[in-house]
Amino acid sequence: MSGLDDSAKPGDGPLWREEFPVRAVDERLVTRRQFAKFLTLTSLGMLVGNAWILVRSLFKDPAPASVAFRIAAASEVPPGSVRLFAYPGPNDPCILIRTAADQLYAYSQKCTHLSCAVYCDATARTLECPCHNGRFTLEEGRVLAGPPTRPLPRILVERRGDDLVAVGVDLQVRA
Amino acid sequence: MSGPVEAGRRTSLRTALDGALALMSVLLVTQMWLLTATLESDLAGHHDAAVPGVVLSALLFAGCAALLGFVRRLDRRMR
Repeated sequence: MSGLDDSAKPGDGPLWREEFPVRAVDERLVTRRQFAKFLTLTSLGMLVGNAWILVRSLFKDPAPASVAFRIAAASEVPPGSVRLFAYPGPNDPCILIRTAADQLYAYSQKCTHLSCAVYCDATARTLECPCHNGRFTLEEGRVLAGPPTRPLPRILVERRGDDLVAVGVDLQVRA
Repeated sequence: MSGPVEAGRRTSLRTALDGALALMSVLLVTQMWLLTATLESDLAGHHDAAVPGVVLSALLFAGCAALLGFVRRLDRRMR
């Protein structure tokens, strides 16, 4: 496809058309071969995306296993309050909820759908994800509604003296 | 007498081309779903899906590339 009008003879049109023999109509035409090439390049892009996810997961810092981390003093988290902290790494936001003097719940704050930060709805006793309306139970981190399919990772909390200490992560993944 | 035969051959080649393009589209949609599912799984902290994701994506890309070769070959024959 040269883009030239076959019936046109040299000298028929203006000089600029002879020197720039491209027709807009032909330029807009997408051939099957071009479309197939576009689909294949897009497919290559998808493959690169998948490879990027693999590389990212291979080079991600492994989470330190069972490292104790002081969240706060128990007196700093009165019943009915919420405390945010990071565990096991500085980029792993978590949420600690104290519903009663002896009732503590701690979970990763990353929604298991697309990692938005969940917050505690104390009246409904649930953890809500504002991005896609995912909802988890406060007691177990189990999925109640929305697009998430996996429960929230639970942070294991111990009381050491007056301190509340995070001691591990339970992914709550059932085999 | 070769006119109708040639026209029939071109029609069947064009049908094969359209079929190949449709199949490529299906492969691409599958690959998009695969990428989304792998990303979602990875963001949720389940990194074990990354390797099968890449392998399947590579297979789908290989299928697309093979179909591109097929389309180019047919296109040349039609000219």
